[in-house]
Amino acid sequence: MAQTLFDKIWDAHVVEKIPNGPSVLYIDKHFIHEVTSPQAFKGIEKRGLPLFRPKQTIATADHNVPTLNQHLPIKDQLSKMQVDQLIENCEKHGVELYGLGHPYQGIVHVIGPELGITQPGMTIVCGDSHTSTHGAFGTIAFGIGTSEVEMVFASQCVLQTKPKTMRINIEGNLPNGVVSKDIILYIIAKISASGATGYFVEYAGSTIRSLSMEARMTICNMSIEMGARGGMIAPDEITFNYIKGRIYAPKGADWDKQLANWKKLYSDQDAIFDAEININAAEIAPMITYGTNPGLGMAIDGNIPLTESITNEGEKKNLAQALTYMGLNSGAALLGMPVQHVFIGSCTNSRIEDLRLVAELVKGRKKHESVKVMIVPGSQQVAKQVHAEGLDRIFSEAGFQIRQAGCSACLGMNEDKIPAGEYCISTSNRNFEGRQGAGARTLLASPLTAAAAAITGVVTDVRELINHN
Amino acid sequence: MQALQQIKSSFVPLPIENVDTDQIIPARFLKATTRDGFGKNLFRDWRYEQDDETKPKPDFVLNQRIFSGEILVAGKNFGCGSSREHAAWALLDYGFKAVVSSFFADIFKNNALNNGVLPVIVSDDFLQQIFALSATDTISIDVAAQTITIDATGAQASFELNPYKKTCLLNGYDDIDFLISRKTSIEQFELEKV
Repeated sequence: MAQTLFDKIWDAHVVEKIPNGPSVLYIDKHFIHEVTSPQAFKGIEKRGLPLFRPKQTIATADHNVPTLNQHLPIKDQLSKMQVDQLIENCEKHGVELYGLGHPYQGIVHVIGPELGITQPGMTIVCGDSHTSTHGAFGTIAFGIGTSEVEMVFASQCVLQTKPKTMRINIEGNLPNGVVSKDIILYIIAKISASGATGYFVEYAGSTIRSLSMEARMTICNMSIEMGARGGMIAPDEITFNYIKGRIYAPKGADWDKQLANWKKLYSDQDAIFDAEININAAEIAPMITYGTNPGLGMAIDGNIPLTESITNEGEKKNLAQALTYMGLNSGAALLGMPVQHVFIGSCTNSRIEDLRLVAELVKGRKKHESVKVMIVPGSQQVAKQVHAEGLDRIFSEAGFQIRQAGCSACLGMNEDKIPAGEYCISTSNRNFEGRQGAGARTLLASPLTAAAAAITGVVTDVRELINHN
Repeated sequence: MQALQQIKSSFVPLPIENVDTDQIIPARFLKATTRDGFGKNLFRDWRYEQDDETKPKPDFVLNQRIFSGEILVAGKNFGCGSSREHAAWALLDYGFKAVVSSFFADIFKNNALNNGVLPVIVSDDFLQQIFALSATDTISIDVAAQTITIDATGAQASFELNPYKKTCLLNGYDDIDFLISRKTSIEQFELEKV
């Protein structure tokens, strides 16, 4: 029978199906970080259990870490305690840790692919909802809670109910100034923040196939923002070329063997999905969000919907509450609105290609004097590459502040926060109330759109800057 | 995990859609290394002005004394966003045993069930019936029968619950005990896979 890519990988990892219940799903790789793992370590210790397969777990510190002066002790005592606890737990249980100061340290969803740990056909979990990022390599990758982290520690398995499958086909060439972040923001705006709940999504079509691995990761990363359990893309030559030669990539005869398996990972022609959506790439414009969930987004030159035009009472109330928080008016345009901060970073958009895109636009330009610009590479290796390519000079000359690897201002957990009431154009993934700091107002956009605002100090249609280049 | 069989309680209405886990428990409170004590920061930024416990926001439902109970009733897509299980811990620590909504985000639903907090999915119509009740009305939830009843009107709805998860809830079993019992078949799977 014709199978979807999802079915092929899922079936290959089911240890046992509980009658009328979930499946015991085997996990190939487990990433952990300092925030969602301590209680799981405590849990197995309380049960007197060892880690079942410690070599299949990889750790890093990212959420809590400062992004300046990482060589100094962490000032926030609670953050320090959590990071220290991770070091202690990893030592005690034999888990490889790429902690602060390690050349491989970085945001967990940046380092996994970058080190070649993430490979097609795998099942990957992490106590972090953006684990869906790894799906760009043709994996089943999804976020789990801490109880499930403990399950993986104890058994290398989780109990999961098989989700439904959805395919989103995107066909055609992307218009000028439109990048992969715009594709995913467009999809979420179209189907809402809960539009894919209960589904595992496969992104397909000529537009997706033309994208680089880093661009594909941005799309899969935000699958969770429409409620999807995860997102995936069938691996192809672009995928294989990306992996080849990386530190943990298979080598020699093992490479040939794995490659032959990876080439079987695609949805069969007649495979049936529970839902299917078709999108024409030509319709997509640079996107921006105006509300407090990622589904409240629009084309950058659009107008915020009129609350009175919404018939569903719940949605109407939701929008009104979001606009009150954001300090925005129903029906208004965002173009030309001043912003005080630009944040370029996060597991969505902190890879070298994202930073190259930004550098290309800002080269020879300066940031607007009223804007603070933070640029935060996703990993130590990305930071090293930024330096090697001389992008750091372009950013410094533009007046951008380059910081060290970590989750940074994406989630208001470490020192990097946006002050209450101020606007930030952010390349991250969530515009929830208080996400970037209590009272902070987040406008999600692509690295290009963020860079454009850094230059002008206002919400800007990047196509105008490109056309005048 | 604490067993959960029946709940009969008044409820706390939160008629807001897309309540994300950053609202349930903001990231700055995730620095603990234990599961305890998250309840005091539940809905922290909706509950207090300027992060100040001496300045409760009078309009927020947790600050309104007339509403109390073990059941939180919320708008659709409850628990979306971050996978932080701290959201389920915060609800449990505050005293909630069930959350009723017309739609839940997947990861939250799993996290809640893994902590003995029951997510009860009802129709939008039934949800509106609950929101229309007065603060003193009670709701009864029967896990074994998979029913939710508005005691004042007798209106009843059944809700979905995976039979395996139901057994776990009724008896306070957890998934880890189950998975450890499957160790031999997991080892066998590994041998065959390689």
